[in-house]
Amino acid sequence: MVRTSSWMGALVLVLLAGGSAHSGATAEANLKKGFIQCGVNTGLAGFSQPDSNGEWRGIDVDLCRAVAAALFGDARKIRFTPLTAQQRFTALQSGEVDILSRNTTWTLTRDTSLGLNFVGINFYDGQGFMVTKKRKVKSATQLDGAAVCVQPGTTTELNLADYFRANNMKFKPVVIEKLEEVLNAYFAGRCDVYTTDVSGLIAARVSRAANAADHVILPEIISKEPFGPIVRHGDDHWFDVVKWSLFAMIEAEELGLTSKSIDQQAKNANPVIQRFVGARGEFGKMLGLDNRWAFNIIKQVGNYGESFERHLTPLGVDRGINKLWNRGGLMYAPPIR
Amino acid sequence: MLPESRRSAGTAGSSKLTWSLNQPRVRSIVYQALLAAAVGFAAWYFVFNAMENLMARRIASGFGFLSREAGFEIGETTLLSYNAGDTYLRALAVGLFNTFRVATLAIIFSTILGALIGLARLSHNWLVAKLAAGYIEGIRNVPLVVQLFFWYAVITESLPAPADALNPLPSVFLSNRGFAFPILASVVPIEMDSPQLHGFNFSGGGLLSPEFAALFLGLTLYTAAFIAEIVRAGILAVDPGQFEAACSLGLNQRQVMRFVILPQALRVIVPPVTSQYLNCTKNSSLAVAIGYPDLVSIANTTINQTGQAIEGIAIIMLVYLTISLAISCFMNWYNRRFALRGSKL
Repeated sequence: MVRTSSWMGALVLVLLAGGSAHSGATAEANLKKGFIQCGVNTGLAGFSQPDSNGEWRGIDVDLCRAVAAALFGDARKIRFTPLTAQQRFTALQSGEVDILSRNTTWTLTRDTSLGLNFVGINFYDGQGFMVTKKRKVKSATQLDGAAVCVQPGTTTELNLADYFRANNMKFKPVVIEKLEEVLNAYFAGRCDVYTTDVSGLIAARVSRAANAADHVILPEIISKEPFGPIVRHGDDHWFDVVKWSLFAMIEAEELGLTSKSIDQQAKNANPVIQRFVGARGEFGKMLGLDNRWAFNIIKQVGNYGESFERHLTPLGVDRGINKLWNRGGLMYAPPIR
Repeated sequence: MLPESRRSAGTAGSSKLTWSLNQPRVRSIVYQALLAAAVGFAAWYFVFNAMENLMARRIASGFGFLSREAGFEIGETTLLSYNAGDTYLRALAVGLFNTFRVATLAIIFSTILGALIGLARLSHNWLVAKLAAGYIEGIRNVPLVVQLFFWYAVITESLPAPADALNPLPSVFLSNRGFAFPILASVVPIEMDSPQLHGFNFSGGGLLSPEFAALFLGLTLYTAAFIAEIVRAGILAVDPGQFEAACSLGLNQRQVMRFVILPQALRVIVPPVTSQYLNCTKNSSLAVAIGYPDLVSIANTTINQTGQAIEGIAIIMLVYLTISLAISCFMNWYNRRFALRGSKL
């Protein structure tokens, strides 16, 4: 037993020594080291993917840049750590990354027993199924006996089992960790079905299929998948900074502030906008940030709608329930006052 | 008086001397005690640090999760039945048996193949010897995980979909869903359970999945290359005089190998082959890359669903340690049976 526990200890030292160094003061530690370490997906079009210049792009990436803009006044002071579904939580728990912004579904287990806090929601998604058109499948209820490609350690894997159990159907999971490999398996015909969040299905179909029209996404949405950025338990200040960076992007869209117009709009006498750009009140100070924190986010990164249109609209992802609350969607930010 | 006192002082001194640091035995005991204390302290510190960190972050700990419902499906099972409603413990057991299945088969087949290739490399036939050498150098020098991807791609990309499955024998189907074959359902009366295409996939009969096939092929071919070299080295280690002596007794080539050379070569072969068996078992954890549900794959999923990385990794390490020690024990016993007693060699 002694041997086992010392091994475990060695593991933990590796796992947690980094985290203990600056737990409770993430913002200060980041200011000192001069950048924010952000955990992102290894490559999911629209959410986080390096472009041809090696620059990370996507709405999850933009969220991290927004936090950097709020904290440093410079959205470029950020470094990215690409993480697989299996690595992501340990990386955040151990302090390897400061924010996990990686299309991660908010669930009760993750919010509590993993020692993490979900900050908010930057994309409302749901799980769906993709099949090849020549299968002539019209509904997910016709999938009995299918081989299903899925990534491990995700809510997707659990919803899949739940859905087939609930509908008295059987399936054969083919569980592969890397997105690249699981998509290879699906497109090679190893599986009849590929399942993940609908945004992921759309991205895979656009970016990876030889002919996107050969694949259909079935109408059933079998789960709620609210994605949001995550921070560690126990650092309320950092939690607030990340939370309000997200809210500022949503609020700016509602106020009609964009990266292009904000210089002009800052002169607008509307007190709501005056508060937003930091010309009135001390809202930045309350967050422990520069008073122009929100201005910097919008100027350098853009509002939520701009980010969405830049990364997701070109893939064919509909704004849908991710519209603002006053346009029939769910995106809603508490007031900055 | 004086000599007396000196003598008594001397005896007292000699008993004291046993506790002096000048005494090599005392020194070695002290060093060992210090080392043990350092190891103990390090262990205590690591455990304490872990507990502290976990508590500070309110991360759940302990092994209670093992009895909770796993909630995910597993693609293939060996011996044990499993469904998503079973516990994490059962899921891990399924993974363990899957590891056993692929490792055992790979060890058996790589031993046979390795021995044949090792002998082939020593063949007087130039072509056979060079082919064996080419195989060994080629396979040994390409990373195993690359070979696994290669075999997996070969199987899934080149074989047809289930609807157009190759049908070399009645009721035997080869497709990108694997190798489906009939199995014996009952002995009296003889009844076969044959695979049939239902909807998407074959049901009934037995099935070797592409993941299993790729992992089994990769592990077997890779380990065989190493075993072949060990076999060759073992045979070359036998004194040439033994060949000549055996031949002069009138034994033919086959008998020389069977009765004279191999029994002696085995003494050289068994210890390094043990290492290869251990490697083979541990390499089976590369299954994760191609989706075969082995222990590591299931444990990884468990870690991710429960968030309890320390416990999960401890389980993986403990299981591999146990398997490896068991293989070592068995091979050491086997080695002792073959070792020459009281002789040089």
